[in-house]
Amino acid sequence: MEYLQTFWADLPVVVQILLKIAAIMVPLLITVAYYTYAERKVIGHMQARMGPNRVGLFGFRLLGLGQPIADAVKLMFKEIIIPSGANKLLFLLAPLLSIGPALAAWAVFPFDAGLVLADINAGLLYILALTSLGVYGIIIAGWASNSKYALLGAMRSAAQIVAYEIAMGFALVGVLVAAGSLNLGEIVAAQQGNLLNWYWLPLLPLFVIYFISGVAETNRAPFDVAEGESEIVAGFHVEYSGMTFAVFFLAEYANMILISALTALMFLGGWLSPFQGTPLAGWFDWVPGIFWFLMKTGFFMFCFLWFRATFPRYRYDQIMRLGWKVFIPITIVWIVLIAWLKVA
Amino acid sequence: MSFQLLLFYLFAAVLIGAALMVITRRNPVHSALFLVLAFFSCSGLWMLAEAEFLAIALVLVYVGAVMVLFLFVVMMLDINLAELRAGFVRNAPVAVLVALLIGAQLVLILGPERFGLAQFAAPVPKPADYSNTEALGLALFTEHLYAFEIAAVILLVGIIAAISLTLRRRPTTRYQNPGQQVRVQAKDRLRVVKMDAEDVA
Repeated sequence: MEYLQTFWADLPVVVQILLKIAAIMVPLLITVAYYTYAERKVIGHMQARMGPNRVGLFGFRLLGLGQPIADAVKLMFKEIIIPSGANKLLFLLAPLLSIGPALAAWAVFPFDAGLVLADINAGLLYILALTSLGVYGIIIAGWASNSKYALLGAMRSAAQIVAYEIAMGFALVGVLVAAGSLNLGEIVAAQQGNLLNWYWLPLLPLFVIYFISGVAETNRAPFDVAEGESEIVAGFHVEYSGMTFAVFFLAEYANMILISALTALMFLGGWLSPFQGTPLAGWFDWVPGIFWFLMKTGFFMFCFLWFRATFPRYRYDQIMRLGWKVFIPITIVWIVLIAWLKVA
Repeated sequence: MSFQLLLFYLFAAVLIGAALMVITRRNPVHSALFLVLAFFSCSGLWMLAEAEFLAIALVLVYVGAVMVLFLFVVMMLDINLAELRAGFVRNAPVAVLVALLIGAQLVLILGPERFGLAQFAAPVPKPADYSNTEALGLALFTEHLYAFEIAAVILLVGIIAAISLTLRRRPTTRYQNPGQQVRVQAKDRLRVVKMDAEDVA
């Protein structure tokens, strides 16, 4: 153990940081792969189907656990078709622009007390800035494809993301007013105490608005008009094939995990144990904080799938109305209320 | 040369290059994307100057919101390039004159005698727990309160003016009332008629 510690300390800082990035990215990408599997399984069971159950590993079926790997291999060997008249450079750049921010946002994420790659004091602002960049991938994909469906999808998506980003930003302003800090670790620390101290209760409207806006921001059902299979085929990524298409998918699922993790962090007390402040607290002391964090994140990830299996797609004008005329006014009122409570 | 200086020159070079591309590209979408790159490198420069709140806010506001709307509009435009370039030769002398004037003014004002390194000592690096955001908030709401409030009011006036200029209500347009739509019940729309079974002979 001591040998390992000295070995770690002797490594150059760049190598240390790279190893930490790998320690976040590898589990994240595996989660993304198995999230697609979970989606098909969960929705399958909700609709009284089996979901994928054929592709296994090493000759065993294992409930179809080999499916994501088979999908990845299939996508890698498919041809990347670039439409004639498409802007080649931007066409290939768009998937990268959509996955980059989704992965970079994890840099400031505290998984447990002190377990964070970059503990910067404007962490919340950094996350807001990066999530707002995801829209570029979609707009550029829509424009560079030189296709009407793609452009329409991109326009819908851009308008929707801009609208819901404001509601999301305001919901987070409420959190930062309540916590008095932009540092994610301090925001979690401010929720110490017990389950009722977590911000889901004091900031209940903001909690609901944040998560719904998160669903809209990631273009997921019931807000998936940007893809709208039944009207505009697949929206902004209709012209993409093979790995370029897969990267868009990875970005979408990475964003869903990011939103789930952020909701857990901001409103459900991150790594804090739900038994804190109850007589049971002593029994669960041995559970590492990251376990609670992952459980909470997992719950919201499940909600994404649950919504998709439950709700019919929103009409486009209703999406806009919900964003601009319902969510934004409610968040503004709640921010003022919280600021007043904080000062009084 | 320190690593920071290297970063400074890198960001500065990208910034100037991107800014040049903004005004020389024929395709307005490319120009807008280069402007995004310029904002990014500018944000990097501000980060080096330890203004991390402003640096992230620049990305959040300009890249994340303003430029998205810019692109939105630019992609919709059907621009006739020949028409755009028609007046180029005729207007060139005036443009050169204006450019020279602005250049001369910049050199006179921002010259080394006023803005040289001698006038500005390198700032002392702040400790890690120094919160840029807090310092900015304190300065805005104490020293510069009036300027801040006046700026806010001007922005509000701008918003109202922009909306009232573009808001047109045509009498022929028919609006939906979402509240009414939500309140609709099945019995308002659907009448179930009870019928006797047909007598099949």
